[in-house]
Amino acid sequence: MTGLDTATLFAWCGAGLIGIGLYGFLANRHMLRRLVAFNVVGSGIFLVFGASGARRADLGPDPVPQALIITGIVVALATTALLVALVIRYADLAGRATLPEDEPGDDGKE
Amino acid sequence: MILPALAPALSVAVPLAAAFLAVVAPRPRLLVGVTVPAMLAVMALAVLGVRQGGPLVLAVGGWEPPLGIALVADGLSTAFLVATALTIGTVLVVALPQFPIRQNETRAGWAFWPLAFLLWAALNAVFLSGDLFNIYVAIEFVTLATLALVALEGKAKQVEAAMRYAMFALFGSLAYLLGVALLYAAHGTLDIGLLAQLPAQDTASLVAAGLITAGLAAKTALFPFHAWLPPAHAGAPAPASAMLSALVPKASFYVLLRFWFDAMPEAAGAIALQLLGALGATAIVYGSILAVRQNRLKQLVAYSTVAQIGYLFLVFPLAGGSAEPQPWTAGAWTGSVFHAVSHAFAKAAMFLAVGHAVLAAGHDRMSAMDGLTRRMPMTAFALGVSAVTLMGLPPSGGFTAKFLLLTAAFASGQVLWAAIIVLGGVLAAAYLFRPLARAFLPDRGRYGTVPRAQQALPLALAMLSVVLGIVSAAPYDFLQTGRPAAAEEGLE
Amino acid sequence: MTGAIFDIVLCLLILAVALAAILGRDLFGSVVFFIVYGLLVALAWTRLGAVDVALAEAAIGAGLTGVLLVGAVARLRRGGVVEPTPPRPLARGAQMGICVLAAGLVGAAIAGLDPDAAGLTATVAQNLEASGVGNPVTAVLLNFRGYDTLLETVVLLVVLIGVWSLAEDRYWGGRPGLRQHAKPGGVLATYGRFLPPLGLLAGVYVVWAGTDQPGGAFQGGTILAAVWLLVAMAGLVDAPPVTARRLRLTIVAGPALFLAVAVAGIFMGGFLHLPPEHAKQLIQTIEAGLALSIAATLALLVAGPPQRGAR
Repeated sequence: MTGLDTATLFAWCGAGLIGIGLYGFLANRHMLRRLVAFNVVGSGIFLVFGASGARRADLGPDPVPQALIITGIVVALATTALLVALVIRYADLAGRATLPEDEPGDDGKE
Repeated sequence: MILPALAPALSVAVPLAAAFLAVVAPRPRLLVGVTVPAMLAVMALAVLGVRQGGPLVLAVGGWEPPLGIALVADGLSTAFLVATALTIGTVLVVALPQFPIRQNETRAGWAFWPLAFLLWAALNAVFLSGDLFNIYVAIEFVTLATLALVALEGKAKQVEAAMRYAMFALFGSLAYLLGVALLYAAHGTLDIGLLAQLPAQDTASLVAAGLITAGLAAKTALFPFHAWLPPAHAGAPAPASAMLSALVPKASFYVLLRFWFDAMPEAAGAIALQLLGALGATAIVYGSILAVRQNRLKQLVAYSTVAQIGYLFLVFPLAGGSAEPQPWTAGAWTGSVFHAVSHAFAKAAMFLAVGHAVLAAGHDRMSAMDGLTRRMPMTAFALGVSAVTLMGLPPSGGFTAKFLLLTAAFASGQVLWAAIIVLGGVLAAAYLFRPLARAFLPDRGRYGTVPRAQQALPLALAMLSVVLGIVSAAPYDFLQTGRPAAAEEGLE
Repeated sequence: MTGAIFDIVLCLLILAVALAAILGRDLFGSVVFFIVYGLLVALAWTRLGAVDVALAEAAIGAGLTGVLLVGAVARLRRGGVVEPTPPRPLARGAQMGICVLAAGLVGAAIAGLDPDAAGLTATVAQNLEASGVGNPVTAVLLNFRGYDTLLETVVLLVVLIGVWSLAEDRYWGGRPGLRQHAKPGGVLATYGRFLPPLGLLAGVYVVWAGTDQPGGAFQGGTILAAVWLLVAMAGLVDAPPVTARRLRLTIVAGPALFLAVAVAGIFMGGFLHLPPEHAKQLIQTIEAGLALSIAATLALLVAGPPQRGAR
């Protein structure tokens, strides 16, 4: 894929979004911010997927990636919904929305 | 035509239907009583079908790949289906008194049942799928059901464990999904059988292979992605822990196995394979050392899973890679599957038995083991038998697995991996010794007990992991049905 | 040419808004940027000719995800949960390096793709007639790869059970979410009476049109869920208790119907086989059932676990 047609342009844009979202995922500890980042990476991936399926301007966009992306969008929403509920419950119970950074599991003192 | 095709479809449909019923009409006794025998019958049908007719490829809806999705029932997928059915079937019966539905429905008493049936359906969907995107949906299905089960106790600790798991799982899903997108962009298909016939040396395929491997490794809790597993598995209620630790990491490992041996055997570089082996070896040693340091029973059993997962990854340096199959590849490949299955039985048995010990003692400190041999001999015996498999002692399935892996390591001249396998057995003995030794101590204080019929179930599961070692020839042959070309040729 | 300039500007805008959503100092601001971002991405999908995806991205990716995140920010604020400090600059540099590397790798993979690969466009077109529907994306979603969609609807169910199971034990048997109060005669209450008939119509139309035009059960179900949420926010309706039989029937009806059709297919040619002569009616039936369950499930996901007594 070379040249700057619409499809390639949006595929590159998707690659950029993956990088930006990944940064948000790594640099933030607040769980809601990580969820925003997760969704940015997700839509970046979908853009790469969908744009690469639209390479042939003469044929129109490939319906298979489109269908898979719609499925992916719904799965991402489902994941976000469960994570939001977890974060809210955790904030209720522990009073924070970040994970403690200590190595887990070694707390079993008798 | 209908009969053999029935088994794969019903493997997913029956637990799904049970889950729907469990949502609307929560009657666990009836549902378990019908679903478990029905699924065992479906499994018998699946095994018969594969033994007589060979590997079955079923185009869902009649649409052949690349347009449609294929379900693949061969020796490998059927082995995982059967292991899942036996494990979850037992777990559900053990769970009956722990998640009752009485006059007033409770939160966990209701939610456990649909989640357990949905997890079962999701795992079977992973094992049967021949399409990488369909596997994505199925793996997400597994992950989300698992997350809900991890948080089921509902305290801060478990919710935190669920969120930590979610962070790794989200990273894993995204990496896998990106890999799938790139593979489709490069090849126009996501069917494993069709991908196997295509060259895979282009940039997109190689980047995709790396992403898919990293994503699945994170979901399998391979070192260094292991930190989420112990709190998640130890914090869940014991029947849930049993399913999570025995089966859930195997689902993503299974996909890795399919990916590297079926879909893209040619893309595997020697460095990548050695790296996966090295991470597996580190997991064995590091996971075992952390297990030795645990003072809580369920944490110890969960860290043991981190170590045992390591063995699975030795299959990559021992059997992966070269286009021409070597004489030892079949042994190594089969050995890792043997390990996955016997660990599933042993680990589920161990979590259930520990759950009973914890139930009787009212806490999960080491002292819950005191006097167990006298108080609850069957539970103590179940723990002992499953420990034999985890240590890899004869005549268990764990022994057969390690024997096959060791033979392959020597035959291929990779002695380092052999040393790690032996060391891993010694370390397993080290971390299992402390709880087992305490079972012979006199008990102080007051303990409750668990009905004998309940105690017998984990023991049966533990015995299964030993039976797998005693009659290993038949399952060995069965696994070879439809074995990928990349793992061909046997050590005769 | 103007098209190309528009696309370039749109891409730059998407990247800039994404950065704002990631780097924004105020969490609420970040979420608002994220919603704007989702709408811009939906616009990008229309530029790529993928109208179905654009609808899904706008309704689900931006709309519902945005509502979930806004609700979560509000809940955390009410709970007084403070934001952590950002990481040290050194870690930040290393993280940026990793991200540039990742984007570069994806870019390299894209650059190496064959520019003439046609994917499965032609194969879908050849089989479109036998699929029973005129919209190729719907044909893939409900027929060629209907199995994906079956699993996906069950994924929504598993998540709803997971969300509900995060309730406090004492609230089990209560109604989902918090009680909504709206001023009688206020803006919300007025809209709450005025909009539902229109929204209902729009939602049903999008589901129904999906067989031959852009749309479908997921997009239409989302609109229906939004309508219900609006009416609920106006305090005009309330969700039934989580233990209510009719509520539980509603959430499993769609997936159960889909599964029943799939299993019945075994006796008519194979698992999930839709005979071409009945495919259209079957798909419309499945979509109607799915839209109902999806609408209910999505609305309940936004409402959250029960947070009040049974009464």
